[in-house]
Amino acid sequence: MPDATGLELIAHDLRDQVPGSVTDTQHYRGIATLIVDPQQILATLTWLRDTPNQAYGFLASLHASDYLPATPRFGVHYELLNMDRVERIHVKALLDDPGEPALPEIDSCVSLFPAADFQEREAYDMFGIAFRGHPDLRRILMPEEYEGWPQRRDFPIGGEPVLFTHNEPKTPGWYE
Amino acid sequence: MEIKRTKVASQATLPSAEGSGNDFRVRQLRARDLLRGDLSGADLEAHVEQSVLTTTFERALNWARSNALWPATFGLACCAIEMMSIVTSRYDSARFGAEVFRASPRQADMLILSGRVSIKMAPVIRRIYDQMLEPKWVIAMGACASSAGVFNNYALVAGADKFLPVDVHVPGCPPRPEALIHGILKLQRKVQGEPDLGWRTRYRAEGTEELGDPTVPHGA
Repeated sequence: MPDATGLELIAHDLRDQVPGSVTDTQHYRGIATLIVDPQQILATLTWLRDTPNQAYGFLASLHASDYLPATPRFGVHYELLNMDRVERIHVKALLDDPGEPALPEIDSCVSLFPAADFQEREAYDMFGIAFRGHPDLRRILMPEEYEGWPQRRDFPIGGEPVLFTHNEPKTPGWYE
Repeated sequence: MEIKRTKVASQATLPSAEGSGNDFRVRQLRARDLLRGDLSGADLEAHVEQSVLTTTFERALNWARSNALWPATFGLACCAIEMMSIVTSRYDSARFGAEVFRASPRQADMLILSGRVSIKMAPVIRRIYDQMLEPKWVIAMGACASSAGVFNNYALVAGADKFLPVDVHVPGCPPRPEALIHGILKLQRKVQGEPDLGWRTRYRAEGTEELGDPTVPHGA
């Protein structure tokens, strides 16, 4: 994990090599985060993977999140790992919600990290984030004809109401 | 060393029926004589009385079925771990004839729904159920298969009896192996046509169960 100074150095180099890529940095609870312009995500990941003294060659995780009251609403997170130095860096791209039928879009990184294939499908399945250029973007966990994006914050939990003691009718003998 | 052998008493005289008729040796000789056609009269009567049990064909068939309920090898979630352990030496469901987990639904009599049933898995389960040969039975094991349990959300079917007939619900999260074996015993009673009524007895609701004719296949 790069320390706070190391993170600033990485951000500085990135701003030099890929102009307009890093919008912010964050070092919180030992996690170094680069907050990146979603238009520049492929260039940023390529730079982090291929620059010799960075060489974050392993995509440990790709996931999404929904920060509903906030704007931009969606986050796409890339956890990169350098296996030699055992250093991790967290890249976060924030996406605006374009409103109902349209989906937030970001470039797919399957061409850089083949491991992203299923993880991007899962992010698409659960949050409805469209990854441009993904080879086979369809639902992975939910049925293919399912409607809605179940992990979004405004999606109802679903299921069936269950009668607990706190919501049962208080009238004695109501069950008869 | 001299080995002492009692001779097979071909020359032994057959005691009369009123005599020591319970003696195994006597019954053995009498059966041999029956096969030779030498048995007649009172001896024949006594032999038939002792060795023949009358029952209906259906009752005998259901007894045989209930004592060989082979489950399908089919696990859904964490309940499957408990389901697997019913065949181990500690619980040993072989005592009740339900130890042979068949790898093919064509050879299985019983489907144990061991875990949560997702919307995506439901058609698969229904297909496996349809592939099983009649007669077939289903046990919904645990809270999830019966009612979605703690996973009462967008992804699960709340209650497997929405898409296939369930014979026995085993409560628990997960149920202990003893509880599943108890469910299998309840199913045996049901197969034999004498179901345990359980809460129906307690609440005097006998006669409200939906049993159906055991000779008529499901869905007929």
